[in-house]
Order: sequence, then structure tokens, then C-alpha cells
Amino acid sequence: MFKDITLGQFYQADSVMHSLDPRTKLVGTFLYIIALFIANDAAAMAAAVVFLCIAIALSRVPASFMFRGMKGIALILLLTVGFNIFLTPGVPIWTWGPLKVTAEGLRSAAFLACRLVLLISGTSVMTLTTTPNSLTDAMESLLLPLTHIKVPVHEIALMMSIALRFIPILMEETDKIMKAQMARGADFESGNFMKRAKSMVPILVPLFVSAFRRASDLAMAMEARCYSGGEGRTKLKPLKYGRGDVVAYIVQIAFVAAVILL
Amino acid sequence: MFIETKNLVFEYIERDEEGNPTGVKRAVDDVSLQVKKGEFIAILGHNGSGKSTLAKQLNALLYPTEGSVFIDGMDSAEDENVIPIRQKVGMVFQNPDNQIIGTVVEEDVAFGPENLGVPTDEIRQRVDESLKVLGMYDLRLHSPNHLSGGQKQRVAIAGVVAMHPTCIILDESTAMLDPGGRAEVIRAARALNDVEEITVILITHYMDEIIYANRVFVMNEGKVVMQGSPEEVFSNVETLRALRLDLPVVTQLAESLRESGVKIPSGILTTERLIEELKKCR
Repeated sequence: MFKDITLGQFYQADSVMHSLDPRTKLVGTFLYIIALFIANDAAAMAAAVVFLCIAIALSRVPASFMFRGMKGIALILLLTVGFNIFLTPGVPIWTWGPLKVTAEGLRSAAFLACRLVLLISGTSVMTLTTTPNSLTDAMESLLLPLTHIKVPVHEIALMMSIALRFIPILMEETDKIMKAQMARGADFESGNFMKRAKSMVPILVPLFVSAFRRASDLAMAMEARCYSGGEGRTKLKPLKYGRGDVVAYIVQIAFVAAVILL
Repeated sequence: MFIETKNLVFEYIERDEEGNPTGVKRAVDDVSLQVKKGEFIAILGHNGSGKSTLAKQLNALLYPTEGSVFIDGMDSAEDENVIPIRQKVGMVFQNPDNQIIGTVVEEDVAFGPENLGVPTDEIRQRVDESLKVLGMYDLRLHSPNHLSGGQKQRVAIAGVVAMHPTCIILDESTAMLDPGGRAEVIRAARALNDVEEITVILITHYMDEIIYANRVFVMNEGKVVMQGSPEEVFSNVETLRALRLDLPVVTQLAESLRESGVKIPSGILTTERLIEELKKCR
């Protein structure tokens, strides 16, 4: 049942966004998030919406995919909007008992909601058009200067990609262990939260034991294939900036500048 | 001589569940053997006979406690020889899932050459070549999670072939596979030996896999107790039984026939050979 889960939410398509270098997309998303927090009036917000719409159109990913992530944050969105509407001090335009709605509250709630929605869909554009692997590659390459202050960037990136590879395997294994325990009468569904959490222990213990065994096997397999750290390694697919990336960077910077000026 | 071990001994400290040492286990005991380039060697032995430990000595994953191991003249005890030895002697392990590092088939095959610092264009070339040799080229962009056991092991072998080794050790690489997968892997190993002239060391406890070998070593309690051609080894039925090793089904049948008075020679390994010998009896 776990075998067909695809990791991340990569959407296979042939588009301008897909062909951009993952570093461009990562930096772009970062700049976009900063711009969202700088944006302080309607004009700047509108620019951000337009910018995102263009990016979505260029990615050729159906818009419904973009907004799937919204469900997860619906509650947070509702709460923050609620708090902002009722708890912002200012001139009340409507009161009911202890609750009062202020003009300032409405304004900041609207901006916050806008920001959150744009933030989630903005990052979705990146994760939908970039494979988890190229994202780790991009992160490794962008964080490389940190090796000077002794941050093990290569090792962290390798750990991330190995984790990505083993998540489906460990999920399948969890499924197997659960079935094995269920066949022996284990009950994972009834009882309150504490009871159900406790019933997970007989799954977690064998899972961890097997994960450690796999880790030790994998380490030996990597050594057998001459792995000796990141130094002197070459790459099958080195990251390369193309003409599209230059354009994308210029557009990004222009956008941020526009938001600051507006 | 490509591989040469001289009075090789390997000991490790046995520990109980709390990690207290309980004694010293001699896993490999005074083994001296020689392997020439291009040979197809099989190492047999039941569980705990030291065959996997011996294999790990041959590509510097373990180092001798006493004695020495020379790969192409390089002493495995010298630190600077470790990487060159591992490049020359590749190893394919038992569990296909625990030795694939990449999330895409071709990325995994590239892992070895990447570690060796091979230039990008050449990595691409090596990856494509070795995937074609192993018949996995069409699946190069797939995730390893969706492959069968036999296919995963072929990817693992391709990953070793891409490092351009002189020798490949298959350390019980067929033990976790179904019969179809086992046949795939054995066929691949034979093809590499025949066509690419890569030395193959096949470690196994499946008797029917070793009939293709030029030479067989039988191990028991860390020692090499028998060696010779498959025919020679399988002629010693009594010794093999004493070592708790099963004979291939055809050999068992031939032995029973011989014991009940049919005049055929011992050491028959294939059905074809048995039929031939039986025809001669008429």
C-alpha cells in the first residue's frame, strides 16, 4: 500500500519552470517570500499575485495542485485571520459584547491571509516543478560557502538524499511489521490516544533495529564503492545555469525592487 | 597473480548482549589462495564458515589480523592502497535494498565513478555502457524501489562495473532472490566473465550456481578445506556431506545411481552430462 507514494509533490511536465536550474527556483522562492513580507500596500500585494499567476501559468501545473496544500493550513489561516480581526486595537467599526472589529484589524487580517496563501502556493510552484533530488543538489551547491566555517554541507546533502531514498523502504517495512503484529492479535485502532500511542511501541522497536542494520549495510556498500567524503567527487549531472536562469534572476530582482518601490 | 592471500588470519572479539567481550573468534584461519585474472571462482560454505569475512578481506573492507592480502601486487594493509584496491575489486552484497544509494537507477550507477573523481562526460559514458551490459538501460530513469530483486542486483552490479574493476565479488548476492532473479544475476555474472573478462568470485550456498566456476573453494570454520574444479569437488560426496553441504539435485541422483550399481563416473554436475553417461551404459 505504501509502494506507490511519490515523495515530495513533484508534478512531471515539460515547462519553462521545470527546465530552470533548481538553484534559481530555490533563490527565487526565497526572494519571493522576502518580497511578501516587505509588501505593505495593496499595489505591492497585487504585484505579488500577478507574479505568482505568471509563474503558475509558466509551470503548466494544474492550478488545483497548487491549492491542495491550502487544506493543511486552513485552520491556521482561520485562526490568524480571526485573531487579527478581533484583537487589533484601533477605531471600532462594529462591537458585540467584548468583541470589536476595527478597521485596522480588517486591513491587517486581509494582508496576512493574502501573505499566507501566496507563501504556500509560491513554495508549491517550486516543489511541484523540482524533484527532491535536484532540490538537495541545489541546497548543497548554494550552501557550499558554509564549508569554510566547518559546516558539513556535502554530508548533510547526502544524508538528505539517502533519507529520501529510504523513506519508501521504511514505510513498506512499517506496513509489514504492522501486519505481522496484527496477525498476532495486536490492536492499533481502538482505545484513546495514549493507548494507541503505546501500541505503536512493538512497531517502532523492530523498525529501528532494522533501520540501524540497513544503515550499517549501506555504509559498508558505500565504502566498497570507494566513497571517502565529498572531496574530489565529480558529478553525473553537475548544475549548470542556462540563459533562462539569467532571465529568471533579472525578473526576480526587478520584482523585488518593484515591491520595495510601490 | 591478481589476488594472493598469504596465511591470512582474521580474528574479532565476540561480545554478549551487554557488549562485554566473551572471547576471540577466528573467522578466517590460515588461508592462502591465489586467483588469476579472468577466472570464475566460487566459494562455498555453510553459514558462519568465514566465506563472507574472507570476501571483505579481498577489497579492503576488513584488514588481516595476521598474514597478508595482495591485490594486483598491492598490500591491503597499506592505507594508500585502500581506494585503488576497492576500485579494482568491486563487491555486490546480499540485500539489494541496502546497497543502492541513488534515488534513480542511473544516479546510483554513477555513485562509484563520482567517488573516483571521473570527469562528467566519462561518467555518463560509463553509466550508459554498464547499464547496457547488464540489460538495465531502458530502466535507467526509474526509481530503484519499483524494480524486482533481480533487477536491483543487476543495478548494483552495473554500479560496480561502472568503476571498471578487474574483479567482482558477489557476496551471497542471490541469497535473497527468487529463482528467476537468481538466474538473472548468475547469467549477468557469467556474461561479465566471458565477454568483459572480469574476474568473478561468487560466494554462495546454492550448489547449482557453482557448476560454471573454473575453480571452487570450500570453506569450513575459517579454513579452505577443499579446492579444485567443480567436478573434483563434487566427486568427494562424503566430505561434502560431512561439511553439511547439499549436492546439486542431478549430482545426488547420479550418486544414488552409482551407489546402486549403475556404472557412471562421479562428479556429474549437469543433466546433459548425466544423460550422456547413461546412454553410454546401455
